[in-house]
Amino acid sequence: VAHDVVLAGAADRDLTKLAEYEAIGGYRALAKARSLPAQAVIDELMASELRGRGGAFFPTGRKWAFIPKPDQNPNPHYLVVNADESEPGSFKDNEIMSRVPHRFIEGCLITAHAVESTRVFIYVRGEYTGPFEVLTAALDELRDRGDILGGVSIVVHRGAGAYICGEETALLESLEGKRGQPRTKPPYPAIEGLYDSPTVVNNVETVATVPPIVEMGGAEYAKLGVADSRGTRVVSISGHVQRPGNYEIENGTSMRALIYDLGGGVPHGRDLKAVIPGGSSTVILRYDEIDVGYDFNSLLALNTAMGSAGVVALDDRCCMVQLGIRISEFYEHESCGKCTPCREGTRWMTQILRRLEAGDAEQHELDLLLDVCDRINGKCLCPLGETAAVAVASYVDKFRGEFQQHVDEGRCPFGDSSPLHNVLAPVAMHTHSPVAEVPA
Amino acid sequence: VSTYYDEVQELKAQYPDWRSATLPALRLAQERHGYLSSEALRDCADALGTTPAFCEAVASFYDMFHLAPVGRHMVEVCTNVSCALVGAQQVLEAFEQELGVRAGETTEDGEVTLRPIECLGGCGWATIVSVDHHYRTHVQPEDVARIVEELRGGA
Repeated sequence: VAHDVVLAGAADRDLTKLAEYEAIGGYRALAKARSLPAQAVIDELMASELRGRGGAFFPTGRKWAFIPKPDQNPNPHYLVVNADESEPGSFKDNEIMSRVPHRFIEGCLITAHAVESTRVFIYVRGEYTGPFEVLTAALDELRDRGDILGGVSIVVHRGAGAYICGEETALLESLEGKRGQPRTKPPYPAIEGLYDSPTVVNNVETVATVPPIVEMGGAEYAKLGVADSRGTRVVSISGHVQRPGNYEIENGTSMRALIYDLGGGVPHGRDLKAVIPGGSSTVILRYDEIDVGYDFNSLLALNTAMGSAGVVALDDRCCMVQLGIRISEFYEHESCGKCTPCREGTRWMTQILRRLEAGDAEQHELDLLLDVCDRINGKCLCPLGETAAVAVASYVDKFRGEFQQHVDEGRCPFGDSSPLHNVLAPVAMHTHSPVAEVPA
Repeated sequence: VSTYYDEVQELKAQYPDWRSATLPALRLAQERHGYLSSEALRDCADALGTTPAFCEAVASFYDMFHLAPVGRHMVEVCTNVSCALVGAQQVLEAFEQELGVRAGETTEDGEVTLRPIECLGGCGWATIVSVDHHYRTHVQPEDVARIVEELRGGA
């Protein structure tokens, strides 16, 4: 099932070393790209049908084509790489940066050539000390290699702990040294991005896929995968599987194969209950919905998404109300506070879910939970609150009977036999936004 | 030996605008002072050429910046879903027991702060514990005593 493109060669060699990467033809795609006009590289990406691997699935070639030509906008062009991977369930960019840093850097340099930029900023989440050190070492090795760098400067910029900075405009705010709160769109970053200049923001995996595409040719790459989901994807598999880890697959591989062939199935002889298909933001799938291709259209037909490719398997001990609490608490903690429906709504969601779990909730509160979700949807500047609402509403939708049982029985039917029972979330520790005591 | 001020000037030079050096300058200030005390924020503001209020306003947004004192060592246990599914809560509780503090607290001697943290991006290697910002993978409750001993020993 596995298919190596982005991670090609990493199993046999230490590709963090420049010499090793060059030995397998590394940086040849860059030379090929630079021998072509920028537009020809964009055309190659168009032909590859590559779509963004950060989760939004936007066609990469089209994004690059949006960048105004220097005669249309005199400001410098920037390439900003989103390496703020923070979606619960996703750890693929961590592995890509750690194992194939030079392929990733080569992708940065090819992309810079395609969008006529000489300044690249890689925004790495602050917690990723490991990938930061690998990237820094890789760039150190390139310091005297003007033939590779070609006058392009690459700065690795470290975040400081904020999920929201994975949203591209929040990332740009943060990179400009501000609080990481999303901007209104439009204008999109391609027109007014970093310091109001034309900016391409691409995900790590997207960028790391560029060298193989240039090397094999866009049309050849597009032979992999299925319609609307060409090529490969590095999928993060975690939770209740025997062999959790990152696996590069051809798009369209069945979800069942991911869980049972690659992941080795559910440990301890337990049964699969549910699968989060693309990171915590996506609509959950029941155990009987996994005979589906892991690709954009197949998952869309089930109203869900590949997102950032974080597949999380849950076994039959797991309580879906407890899952709702933990996910809701995450988004409550990470809400930037700019839009009221998200800031307040995620807090209300947590409160109602906690009452359900405690067995204190009345029937109308279950409807209220869905109502709160509905009042977040489509009413915020960025998708953070919306994804919290969509995810939690999907737990109710797919496991309605279980939520109803909490109301009817006045208790959690799973209790502490569920591994998600009483898990302490950081939101309970919050010291950054103290809540004022309101006098009675 | 370069001073903090000089290091921040070098950071500023990497970017199209000095403002982009704010996060790296705060990180550096925190490394020097242990946390972002008013003195640290003042140094940061001086080096950036802005006000301490601006620095504090930015710092207060981010989880990794500390505006109150923390321990010399930081132990952060990921308790998001993938880690929780394989026992992160038990790992957190083992640290509470071993360190004699509740999550969110610092040991009396000021050595270690323990806190739960949101997804660290290591879900397949759960449970992830970030010890002084370096990841320990596949941590089980029985590994906790050794990790604490290492911290205490190296202190």
